[in-house]
Amino acid sequence: MTYSYYPGCTLKDRAKELDLYARASAKALGIELKELPQWQCCGAVYPQASDEIASRLSSVRALMNAEEGKLVTMCSACHHVIKRTNYDWNNDENFRTKATNYMKAETAYDGSTQVLHFLELIRDEIGFEELAKRVVNPLKGRKIGAFYGCMLLRPGKVLAFDDPENPTIIEDFIRALGAEAVSFPYRNECCGAYVALEDKSAAVNQVDRALHSAAAAGVEELITACPLCRYNLVENAVKETMPVHYFTELLAEALGVKEVQ
Amino acid sequence: MENNVKLLTETALRISGVNPRKCMKCGKCSGTCPNYDKMEYHPHQFVTMVDRGQIEKLMESDSIYQCLSCMACVERCPRGVEPGKLVEAVRLLKIRQQGMDRKGPIDIPPMVDENVPQQLLMAAMRKYRK
Amino acid sequence: MQKIGVFVCWCGSNIAATVDVKAVAEAMKNEDGVVVSTDYQYMCSAAGQKMIQDAIHEHQLDGIVVCSCSPRMHEATFRKTAEAAGLNPYMVEIANIREQCSWIHKDIPEGTEKAIILARSAIAKLRHNMPLQAGTSAVKKRCLVIGGGIAGIQTALDVADAGFEVDIVEKRPTIGGRMAQLDKTFPTLDCSACILTPKMVEASQSEKINIISYAEVEKVSGFVGNFTATIRKKARYVDEVKCTGCGLCMAKCPAKKGKNEFNMELDNRPAIYIPFAQAIPNVAVIDPEQCNKLKNGKCGLCERVCTAGAINYKQEDELIEREYGAIVVATGFQPMDVNPLNELGYAENADVVTSLELERLMNAAGPSKGTLLRPSDGKHPHTIVFVQCVGSRCDENTKRGKPYCSKICCMYTAKHAMLIREKYPDTDVHVFYIDVRTPGKNFDEFYRRAVEQYGVDYIKGQVGKIANENGKLMVQGSDLINGEQITIAADLVVLATAIEPDPTARSIGTMLTSSMDTNDFFTEAHPKLRPVESPTAGIFLSGVAQGPKDIPETVAQAGAAASKVIGLLAKDHLVTNPCVAGSNELLCNGCSQCEKVCPYGAITYIDKEVRGPGVREVRRVAQVNPAVCQGCGACTVTCPSGAMDLKGFSNQQIMAEVDAICL
Repeated sequence: MTYSYYPGCTLKDRAKELDLYARASAKALGIELKELPQWQCCGAVYPQASDEIASRLSSVRALMNAEEGKLVTMCSACHHVIKRTNYDWNNDENFRTKATNYMKAETAYDGSTQVLHFLELIRDEIGFEELAKRVVNPLKGRKIGAFYGCMLLRPGKVLAFDDPENPTIIEDFIRALGAEAVSFPYRNECCGAYVALEDKSAAVNQVDRALHSAAAAGVEELITACPLCRYNLVENAVKETMPVHYFTELLAEALGVKEVQ
Repeated sequence: MENNVKLLTETALRISGVNPRKCMKCGKCSGTCPNYDKMEYHPHQFVTMVDRGQIEKLMESDSIYQCLSCMACVERCPRGVEPGKLVEAVRLLKIRQQGMDRKGPIDIPPMVDENVPQQLLMAAMRKYRK
Repeated sequence: MQKIGVFVCWCGSNIAATVDVKAVAEAMKNEDGVVVSTDYQYMCSAAGQKMIQDAIHEHQLDGIVVCSCSPRMHEATFRKTAEAAGLNPYMVEIANIREQCSWIHKDIPEGTEKAIILARSAIAKLRHNMPLQAGTSAVKKRCLVIGGGIAGIQTALDVADAGFEVDIVEKRPTIGGRMAQLDKTFPTLDCSACILTPKMVEASQSEKINIISYAEVEKVSGFVGNFTATIRKKARYVDEVKCTGCGLCMAKCPAKKGKNEFNMELDNRPAIYIPFAQAIPNVAVIDPEQCNKLKNGKCGLCERVCTAGAINYKQEDELIEREYGAIVVATGFQPMDVNPLNELGYAENADVVTSLELERLMNAAGPSKGTLLRPSDGKHPHTIVFVQCVGSRCDENTKRGKPYCSKICCMYTAKHAMLIREKYPDTDVHVFYIDVRTPGKNFDEFYRRAVEQYGVDYIKGQVGKIANENGKLMVQGSDLINGEQITIAADLVVLATAIEPDPTARSIGTMLTSSMDTNDFFTEAHPKLRPVESPTAGIFLSGVAQGPKDIPETVAQAGAAASKVIGLLAKDHLVTNPCVAGSNELLCNGCSQCEKVCPYGAITYIDKEVRGPGVREVRRVAQVNPAVCQGCGACTVTCPSGAMDLKGFSNQQIMAEVDAICL
């Protein structure tokens, strides 16, 4: 199977490993991630105001260029922005009309592309049971917590990724890799986000609470799909620290393709 | 309401899609906000203050840059008011004014450490300037 | 040519001050068929009525028009007047020249002109009136009560007290409903079971009341006074007559992993069980999902220990068919599923409980024998947080809960808080609230007592997140009065969960063609003036099935419903409204649209030989049951071929009225 793939800026630089391990793992699972030609930055944050048109155009272009009606995303932020833009395209006529006029594209986007996070692809197109069968190097005995953050889950109505208050998809993923999934209550809260640039204390508060909660629940290492969450969880951890990996790294490890990288 | 305030209020409500009259003043948004303590005005106050013509106070406050856009209040609001969208709209009205960038391309590089992901830089550029 | 009389009423100055009544009476004399037209100060008075009767006799009138107040007010009066003078009561038309004319106009010429038009319109209709005869139907002297909670029990007791037979159909193995699960009741704090169980016993001992437990109504047909219901009595695998309720089977049953429904699944019960000690009937029931004998044939222990020989593994469901004159819906409520609000951590934390679960945790017959212990580790909680309005008062588009206020939560939360502070003074109790709503006798005083005497800490604000940290529930919420966000480390959190109609309500509503609102509460015939009757004749509403309410209100409504039932059953025959729909079989094309739109299930289709000019064939045609039809007219406007017409309000009559106004 070949899927159109939108890696995003951070995965070309600071979060290279999120991308590389994903590609290697995909290959091991019999999937080819075909990078979209000439993709542009998603903008990192979804512009919540209805009159912000231009800032959503790069997402529309990515959606238009996806082949076979599916577009795979890896980074939480890219996934969030592109999925919400897709929702707007299908639900907000004002946006659709204006964006079409802005782009002057020969054929307008028809709204039919499905945005699939790589985790959703594994869950919905491969299945966790099947994934478990492909694992050659089960991560036995490891106590892993999932840090979902905000962007994969909220708003639940639009993202439709999992139950926004009690998600289980990454826990199911962890179990499929042979590790113990440890749930903790702050796994779906904010990491402190971009405000960390100006004021680290907000991120410190958030990260502190999350890591404390995770450690109390017995988590020994965390995984995430978001480079910003990972940055804050590592760089702004004060009282408690623990290893934070991208989910693809553990996937590659379990599939026995980590060293290839 | 004086004309400028009226225009700002109407714009904020229009671009955010928020109807403050739906609010039942339960305080769920402020009960759930992760950055509450950093804010001078809290999510529920954005809703009532915009409704009462006090949008300029909000625009002058640092609170608009303290919202993490985590959408916890958007998700959990029992009345569908979704205060986070209004906070965003007020911030946009501020930075859309000439010379009102919070941070510019010159300010940001010195604040960055070597591990900062591109995602954060891009987000900051979007949130702090137009 | 008909002979019509017109009688214009002054209504004192109510009409006469704005309408020149003499001019109206004079003008009507020129209308075709009018042989007498006159006016009088109070037409509804004895003298006025006599004047009408004398005119009927003197002029041999075929019909009369009374220009007066709204027909809601005096149509019945003038119909009786006419009937007493030998005129068919349906040959009376009212022109409303008060509410729709004199009261809304100031100018006399304008008011007079309009009154003349209205009178002319009524005459035009009357010319097409036909004498109508009201029919009668016999009343079956038995009442069906669906639901055996306090609402159903109270209704049944009151109906039985008047001497009528009542069947209570209860889907659970025992009657008692939600009230049986409650610990204490507000605002008096008397023990719920202590006041309920005597009523349960009274119901079971009444010769007039027949309790059909562990049963569901499966089908209902018929109409007011003449319903037929099919009731499925589920197999309980225990002979109800033989079982003595000794409980030996429960003690010996090796399968003890059944979820105890009565204790809100906080503990387990055996596969064979009696829901609670005071259950009525006091008869065991076997849960076929749990019983080894029924699942795989291995066991049979209960049969061996039962000295009464009551166990019967081969028992099957039984269908009972009975006729009823009236049906009472008392299907009650359940707490809403709080999982859409999972930021409150209910799914993940045993110590986040609903209020109904707390009732069981505090009840002497509950899983902890009345000592309040938290479910996770059985320890005494020292800090308890209550969260009000959980799932109530939500915007529907958010999918987070119900749009309505559940009404009872403010009071039971105050009750819980007070009882805990009374029994465990070392416990800190905090209540997050949006508003405290306490309308009701001694209700606000009760709430104030919780605050002032018992020191319960009320915090205005809502909870945003509950997180478990090392066994402590970190409750993060806003304190709007203090303007801060606070986090309370609690041992137990109680969610005042919204209540919703029992899930069976919708199908029962459909079965009874009894209308419901979007929340699945049954709709009353009039929200103010007919609060215990369904718009469907013969169906009555009792308890929370109609809307959230507390016990005293439920009991009051149950009694009111019973009095309506008694009023109906006391009649031997019902006079049916003759203004019902009828189908012109020659025009009917058999499309079924009228059947679909009829809210009362009055229309059926039959194959019938239709005869007319040049027609003689069997066709599928609509047939209206006049005893069920309420004359709403929905079918007449739906019928694409114009076959359906309403007696007394035929298309011809209505067009004549309109023509008289417009042409």
